[in-house]
Amino acid sequence: MKHLLGTEGLDPATALAILDTADGLKRTLLGREVKKLPTLRGRTVITCFYEDSTRTRVSFEIAGKWMSADVVNVSAGSSSAKKGESLRDTALTLAAAGADCVVVRHPASGAAHRLASWLAHTNTSVVNAGDGTHEHPTQALLDMATLRERLGSVEGRRIAVVGDVLHSRVARSNVHLLTSFGADVVLVAPPTLLPTGVADWPVGSAGSLRVSHHLDAELPTADAVMMLRVQAERMHGGFFPSAREYSIAYGLSEARAAMLPDHAVVLHPGPMLRGMEISAAVADSPRAAITQQVANGVHVRMAVLYHLLAGEEDAA
Amino acid sequence: MSTFIVKGARPYGEDAVDIEVTDGVITAIGQGLTGDETVDAAGLVALPGFVDLHTHLREPGREDTETIETGSRAAALGGYTAVFAMANTDPVADNAVVVEHVWRRGQEIGLVDVHPVGAVTVGLKGEKLAELGTMARSTARVRLFSDDGLCVADPLIMRRALEYTKALDAVIAQHAEEPRLTVGAQAHEGDLAARLGLAGWPSVAEEAIVARDCLLAKHVGARLHVCHVSTEGTADVLRWAKARGTRVSAEVTPHHLLLDDERLNTYDPVNKVNPPLRTTTDAAALRQALADGTVDCVATDHAPHAAQDKDCEWSAARPGMLGLQTALSIVVATMVEPGLLDWRGVARVMSERPAEIAGLTDQGRPIAVGEPATFTLVDPAARWTVRGAELASIAANTPYEGMELPGAVVATFLRGKLTARDGKATA
Ligand SMILES: [Zn+2]
Repeated sequence: MKHLLGTEGLDPATALAILDTADGLKRTLLGREVKKLPTLRGRTVITCFYEDSTRTRVSFEIAGKWMSADVVNVSAGSSSAKKGESLRDTALTLAAAGADCVVVRHPASGAAHRLASWLAHTNTSVVNAGDGTHEHPTQALLDMATLRERLGSVEGRRIAVVGDVLHSRVARSNVHLLTSFGADVVLVAPPTLLPTGVADWPVGSAGSLRVSHHLDAELPTADAVMMLRVQAERMHGGFFPSAREYSIAYGLSEARAAMLPDHAVVLHPGPMLRGMEISAAVADSPRAAITQQVANGVHVRMAVLYHLLAGEEDAA
Repeated sequence: MSTFIVKGARPYGEDAVDIEVTDGVITAIGQGLTGDETVDAAGLVALPGFVDLHTHLREPGREDTETIETGSRAAALGGYTAVFAMANTDPVADNAVVVEHVWRRGQEIGLVDVHPVGAVTVGLKGEKLAELGTMARSTARVRLFSDDGLCVADPLIMRRALEYTKALDAVIAQHAEEPRLTVGAQAHEGDLAARLGLAGWPSVAEEAIVARDCLLAKHVGARLHVCHVSTEGTADVLRWAKARGTRVSAEVTPHHLLLDDERLNTYDPVNKVNPPLRTTTDAAALRQALADGTVDCVATDHAPHAAQDKDCEWSAARPGMLGLQTALSIVVATMVEPGLLDWRGVARVMSERPAEIAGLTDQGRPIAVGEPATFTLVDPAARWTVRGAELASIAANTPYEGMELPGAVVATFLRGKLTARDGKATA
């Protein structure tokens, strides 16, 4: 594997290897006072964020540092994503400066793919840390790691992905990854927040994909509920009448959470809109795996960097 | 008196004849004509010079991507003898000064008749009619008005524009795109764009405007031309409108005949156009609509862009692709080779109909005695490989890079003057 650009087309064996590595790293580091492995000593990881995301950037930064890589943060800011400073020039500069890996977050869908094509003749790897409304593969991997811990396996499990699927890179990455591991995914949203033709998306042969507009109908059979962020600007974009109505129809209230089977787990990629997307009580309840997701995020990103940079050829 | 003989050309693909040209006019057609000067055209198909209703020449304003001179060269090499230069220049061609400049530069260069398109509204803002009459009465004699790139979305402004141009014997060419349905749009609204996370440009945003404009044109009895039709639904609307006597014409680009949205897969913005590449079903429907006359003609939407405006992330890239030098070959590949059009049909959609739509009386004329010697020689058997860097345009943004295409323009004559020959413009 040279790059991690998305989970679409990511072969399940590679994904499994990353997850197993993450698991191993987690166990290795458990209880250690000094969380430092020498694995990526001498390697340089540059995080290049054209869009603010402290949560994701810090997670990659810690992942790199715990593996002894040199981590450099380039805060590209949203202004340089506009005209004037081209992503291409930035990419070539970072590669020339000796980056072994560029972790990129960008508001344009496909930006990581373009970056990879510009760097095709270099040894620099690209990790997509979120491109527009396209993919966020490490988020899906950390969600999978969390689900594996909570449910054992996702095969045959029913996962409800709830909210703004249309604009969600988290949802896209999760649909591909979860179905390739045999999960039955149901996307729950008003029709205005679902992508065109989503019901016909090609999915991993092992799982299935379905669409629903009725959260209450899905909860009693859900093994996991993955809540999505609703960005403030969507509330004024006419995608739904009001935050209140959204919350009534698609918010995970305590009453709704009570409809879930006892074993069911609740995930949220954060940051949460407490009260609207999810009630505070549900977010803080034991069935919520939100802090566990954050912790797994570091281990999964360590595993991704390991697979990209530690010189191992992909078995598959 | 200058006379020459074009030997052995096949007008409209029919039997080989010799064509005698004297002082820019066809003076004889027959077998075994002789003269001092001859042009060997054995095996070549002769067609009336192509007329492009939709070209972006970028001058004034973006001379780093194309000038009237380089665009004229590209046009001549592509077999064109007249092009309509779109108004979205900088400054906008919304006044007599700009359109007269464009007209005059075209004349000075002399490779192709450059007809400026006037903007419909001031600054392409869609709010206030530009001085359409002044542009029509200027030396540029503007007959085609368009805010192309932007839709005249306000139905009242569109109605006024259609009504007003009736007195000018002009036509409004509409870029049909309901802007409220395409906010942030980056690609055809469909499965693939949704999977790629690119905001959708739904077909209905085009179809709704075309339907509205057809109703308006019929209501006021004016002429409407629909730019770069891209969807099957638009073809259906046009069929319906024409059947009820609407004075509407329409064009389709070569790329909408050939390419489809599967090309988005790589996120390479060379494939980004507006309207976007649609589905294979749309492309097939457009080929059919062009063959049966529902869509009147082919127009290139030749849109040169600087490398940095294309070699970037998809959403930052400007829409558009080069078209003048590849149009004939794409028409051959999509229409002639599959048997949808014969060479007479090609002459109709690339020359005669566009000339009629724009009111040109000396272009799109038959290859016949007494007519202007404005024609193009095409080698139907040729195949060539597209190299963007070798095209005459300053920009190189062609989606056909490295592709082998059928049919090649060998020579172009404008009123008896050789403007292109064997891949070289002769200015
Ligand atoms: Zn246009």
